[in-house]
Amino acid sequence: MSDAPTTGPLIARNRLWHPPAYTPGYKTSVTRAPSRALVAMGSTLSEETGPAFGRDMLGELDNNLILNFTGQPAIGERIIVHGRVLDETARPVPGVLVEIWQANAGGRYRHKKDGYTAPLDPNFGGCGRTVTNAEGRYEFLTIRPGAYPWPNGVNDWRPMHIHVSVFGSGFGQRLITQMYFEGDPLIKRCPIVNTIPDPAAIDRLVAPLDMGMAIPMDCLAYRFDIVLRGRRQTHFENRREGM
Amino acid sequence: MPQPLDYLPESPSQTAGPYVHIGLVPNLLGNTGIYPEDLGRSPIRDGAKGQRITITGQVRDGAGMILRDALIESWQADAAGLYPSPGERRGTADPNVTGWARIVADFESGDWRLTTIKPGPVALPQGGVMAPHISLWIVARGINTGLQTRIYFEDEAEANAVCPVLARIEHKARIPTLLAKAAGPGEYRFDIVLQGSDETVFFDL
Ligand SMILES: [Fe+3]
Repeated sequence: MSDAPTTGPLIARNRLWHPPAYTPGYKTSVTRAPSRALVAMGSTLSEETGPAFGRDMLGELDNNLILNFTGQPAIGERIIVHGRVLDETARPVPGVLVEIWQANAGGRYRHKKDGYTAPLDPNFGGCGRTVTNAEGRYEFLTIRPGAYPWPNGVNDWRPMHIHVSVFGSGFGQRLITQMYFEGDPLIKRCPIVNTIPDPAAIDRLVAPLDMGMAIPMDCLAYRFDIVLRGRRQTHFENRREGM
Repeated sequence: MPQPLDYLPESPSQTAGPYVHIGLVPNLLGNTGIYPEDLGRSPIRDGAKGQRITITGQVRDGAGMILRDALIESWQADAAGLYPSPGERRGTADPNVTGWARIVADFESGDWRLTTIKPGPVALPQGGVMAPHISLWIVARGINTGLQTRIYFEDEAEANAVCPVLARIEHKARIPTLLAKAAGPGEYRFDIVLQGSDETVFFDL
């Protein structure tokens, strides 16, 4: 067995920590939330296995959102976003795909459904991807996204955020979340942030300013660690699940 | 005070939002030039062993509206029931099956489509055999945590009857919500209902 096992049962999700499906403060959830209880049991091979992505599929600029759209620099505050992907047992999760997407510095997305007043930046596409290294580390160079208004309440604004999609070694670890920026006063007011019931859980999505990684006269840095479901490491390999 | 249990809590989920396509399928959206192609366009390559099938469907909300912004990922075994994953220890899967796909609802109609091979039954190391199935993970605006469900096949009644996961569903009348209906040779229909009386079974696995 290697240091980082890619087999073994997944630790059950703590559903009280995640947002519930039905969160009327976030109006779209009202009709999209299942009303029946989830059917629960221990993970099976279908959740414990998952697709693998190699670094060889990555292009040189895939994790550089400042340059990866046209080669000319995007407008905005230059930032490094970096961190580790770990599991609940604090093991690094190496070799997994991390994909991000975000609005431009003015808070506008390059998406046909986004009609916000702020202009598109001709040099900003808004997506990036990378694969974690042996220590589970990842890094992006991007610009700080702007806050933007959205139709929910009368005057709801999303805090500055980056959408983050992460794979684990098992399909049951699949996660999409959002990274927020330390000190943003809109975090507390956001109905999507507030789908998460526990303030301590919200804190886990707020990236601190990391001056240790900031590059003088070039860019600031934010640190965002991502934690995926862990795997039980049991010696009772032959015990039947649920018995 | 007892000794502390030093587990890290899982990062809490947040909705994928309405603009998930920018991040996960930028080429399909028209944001070309960043990646040569979108990931997960097909779970199989030419030469994959097994019966070719196409599954089509829509995702519907509790008000009967069709979602035009849903993104689904699928994960499945090969025709022999083996997963093309480093975590698969029971054997080596068909090299022409990648097993994973990204399926995007059409922006206009909400129709989605998956062309793949029919997976084999999956024998569990701890005993029991799961009936042929394709695991799905569904995200969209308004879905706070990605929804897990499975496509089983109506025409696998014998295997379905002994599947330990289907057996977990106490309300047997709901099992048909997980069965893809035959709609022609190699064609299946599988609609996903997020909420309501015919709500699809979602799992916590
Ligand atoms: Fe957003």
